[in-house]
Amino acid sequence: MLKVNIHKSLPGISVEVKFTVTEGIMVIFGPSGAGKSTILNCISGLQLPDQGTISLNGEVFYSSAEKIAIPARNRHIGYVFQDYALFPHMTVKDNVMYGIPSRCKSGGGFRMTVLDVLEMLKITRLQDRYPCQLSGGEKQRVALARALMVEPDLLLLDEPLSALDHGNRKALQGELLELQRIWQIPFLLVTHSRKEMAVLADEVLLLEKGRQVAFSPAA
Amino acid sequence: MLEPILLSLKVAIAAVVVVFFVGLAIARTMARKEFFGKNVVESLIILPMVLPPTVLGYGLLILLGKRGPIGHFLLESFDLQLVFTWWAAVIASAVVSFPLMYQSAKAAFAGVDLTLEQAARTLGAKELRIFLTITLPLAWPGILAGLVLSFARALGEFGATLMVAGNIPGKTQTIPLAIYFAVESGDTDVARNLVLVITLMSFATVFWLNWWSRRKLQVWKKGGASHAESEHP
Repeated sequence: MLKVNIHKSLPGISVEVKFTVTEGIMVIFGPSGAGKSTILNCISGLQLPDQGTISLNGEVFYSSAEKIAIPARNRHIGYVFQDYALFPHMTVKDNVMYGIPSRCKSGGGFRMTVLDVLEMLKITRLQDRYPCQLSGGEKQRVALARALMVEPDLLLLDEPLSALDHGNRKALQGELLELQRIWQIPFLLVTHSRKEMAVLADEVLLLEKGRQVAFSPAA
Repeated sequence: MLEPILLSLKVAIAAVVVVFFVGLAIARTMARKEFFGKNVVESLIILPMVLPPTVLGYGLLILLGKRGPIGHFLLESFDLQLVFTWWAAVIASAVVSFPLMYQSAKAAFAGVDLTLEQAARTLGAKELRIFLTITLPLAWPGILAGLVLSFARALGEFGATLMVAGNIPGKTQTIPLAIYFAVESGDTDVARNLVLVITLMSFATVFWLNWWSRRKLQVWKKGGASHAESEHP
């Protein structure tokens, strides 16, 4: 279970949210500039909130009161960035494998092998290509595979479908739903599209100018 | 005639090694961190590029000389004298070529997308691994350009070297010094040959590194097509 209760001041906006996610896909919905990405960055550990607490499955990642701030690399949180952030100088296979060595040693059987993940996301045939040779939808699948390979306890997705054309978007929406069902970890997905929210959300956090307007299971 | 050539290579390579590591460390810090007085620090780093080499030579003499703060310390503690040794030539070359390495490396680091480093962080990578596997390879073309420029500059260093290392044949007489003193003593054959050698050496260095960096870039910038081409010409 992810528990978030944070406050962060940025130039021109102050973000204040409080929510918990147990399972399924929670969609953070709001116009651009509402602080959606800031929330994801705080949860992943790439940014620090000013105040509050963040914990996942009982482990405290951040607490301003107890002065705890676990670095991003130790949080076991998958993050799919808005522009995918694939490493341009590595092949698809090397991108997907990037997170594995450091975590393999820390133990734990992997749910799926690299090949299984590539197969499920239909990118096996792309494994020797470089990111510049991929289409938008393919890049998105590689970014998903890379984030999932490290067996995260939570997956963050920043506008994962916004750069895709209609056909790809529909296909990936379906895949996201299926992935969540297989992986059984909470997904936290940021979007500014009502349609996406309607299709994907189990729960919704409405955000306006950094303030939480509503938090509810989707109807 | 062989002595100045070998010495020049030795000095330039040693200077570039120093400049490479120090330049990377400082450039990386300056590209990523903001602090009070950064502009002043940056101006000081660039200064050797615009100052006359004689000014640098004079400054180094003051610092490294027997009565200078660094020179005195080295002499007292380690019985080491740098001035008029080939190490002084290395230091002179390194100081003069440092700004070239720094500027190229800093621009190269600044050009690396921060999101890529962050993505690596969320994948569990430690900072050193991120630097070695993401930042450095992506900044490499720019760093290589810095290496080429500083090597060429170190090879051609004259003014500061003459002042701190002197012109001792076989010890501190590099190609540029040998050329100058050959011309002065009317030995035009030696001067001409050395001019040819250093011109060829500089051209070959720049040419090889340019060719190499472009080939390396092709693989992931333009993708498999040009990679295949280079394999089957």
